[in-house]
Amino acid sequence: MRHHAIVTAMTLLIEPLIPALRRYAHGLMRDRATADDLVQDCLERAISRWHQRREDNDPRSWIFTILHNLAINRMRQRQRRGPHIPLEDADEGSLFTSPPQEEGLLQDDLMRALYGLPQDQRALLLLVSVEDLSYAEAADVLKIPIGTVMSRLARARERLRRALEGEPNGMAASGAHLRRVK
Amino acid sequence: MNNSPITEDYLQAFVDEALGPERRIEVANHLANHSDVARRIQSYRRQRAALRAALAPVAEEPVPPELILARMMRAERSSTVARWQSAAAAVLILGIGGAGGWSLRPLFEPPRAGISALAQEATDSYAVYAADRDRPVEIMATDRSELVKWASQRLSRPVAVPDLLASGYRFIGGRLVATSHGPAVLFMYDDDHGARVVLLSRLMAVDKNAPMAQHSRGPIAGFAWADKGIGYSLVGHISSELLHSLADEARRQLRDDV
Repeated sequence: MRHHAIVTAMTLLIEPLIPALRRYAHGLMRDRATADDLVQDCLERAISRWHQRREDNDPRSWIFTILHNLAINRMRQRQRRGPHIPLEDADEGSLFTSPPQEEGLLQDDLMRALYGLPQDQRALLLLVSVEDLSYAEAADVLKIPIGTVMSRLARARERLRRALEGEPNGMAASGAHLRRVK
Repeated sequence: MNNSPITEDYLQAFVDEALGPERRIEVANHLANHSDVARRIQSYRRQRAALRAALAPVAEEPVPPELILARMMRAERSSTVARWQSAAAAVLILGIGGAGGWSLRPLFEPPRAGISALAQEATDSYAVYAADRDRPVEIMATDRSELVKWASQRLSRPVAVPDLLASGYRFIGGRLVATSHGPAVLFMYDDDHGARVVLLSRLMAVDKNAPMAQHSRGPIAGFAWADKGIGYSLVGHISSELLHSLADEARRQLRDDV
């Protein structure tokens, strides 16, 4: 494909997805700079691989797959470096636009609970609940069977609920765990 | 009504509003009769709404400049180049690239001046005009003398058309192109199999004499150089080896002519 055709196709098919890509990355990564960095890597990769993409491939699943794989690598690297770089290195106050009182407190709790989920559960929950991917599309992006999508989704929601409603095995436990890692 | 059991999958799909209308009503009826399940599902629905609300501002804010696709596509190649910058510099220091008066050095994005700017203009012109199947040039090769006269007037310099036929590229004509550094002359060549190369030249304020440098953006390669105040960039969507030899040939002829 000629360069101008690539530019046109990507402008039409990928550009409208950039806000959603950022939203997903921010939900996954907790640190804003890291999230945008990830989206940038993702777009660079998409530009260089556009010609390899199958024409019948849904661009949204395609680009979310790229972003997801980059995010997984990034999180693994971070975990490997564990003792040197604290998991909770981000300044939580800077993560989301500052809270008007009570609602803000709830939102902080929500985000903390979200980041307390295992990353595979967090990723799926975001793809389905926030990005409105169908179960089949989410299965495609995460490379898991649809049955796993359903069971993992149920676990993620239940874990988040327990975390937010203060029931055992939820946020308290996972929060403590995170702090131990730090 | 309840012709099949309401499984957890249906409950999850209810939360995601992914059920058809009939199934949806069945689930709602089921929830009406099972208050414990209903409380849990209500909690999931609130959770979903809260997550969407919490993350919505990210998608609503303007996309940061470094994530603007068009800009990234322009910068793509140069960032690759930048990553290899030190390696390339090391290679040059080791003296590779000296043969035959050649000096290949990478072009870096900022600052845009000299043959680096020319390279960008040539690539832009290539993208616009070489892709045009109906009217790629304004003046056809058959009116070559008219084109040369016009171009020489606008550049205030005698302009010559390199002949690349021996290398398989037939001159098909040219046009004047506007750049932020004044008028430029575009010559186009075609290999009769759909591949085209474009030679863009203009007066240079910076880099009046510059050794040949390779540049590229995505799949579009180019070689730019400057001699005696005129800059040239030969651009095409062909292998850089072939383009390199065409540029070499063009430069040799231009040096003889001008």
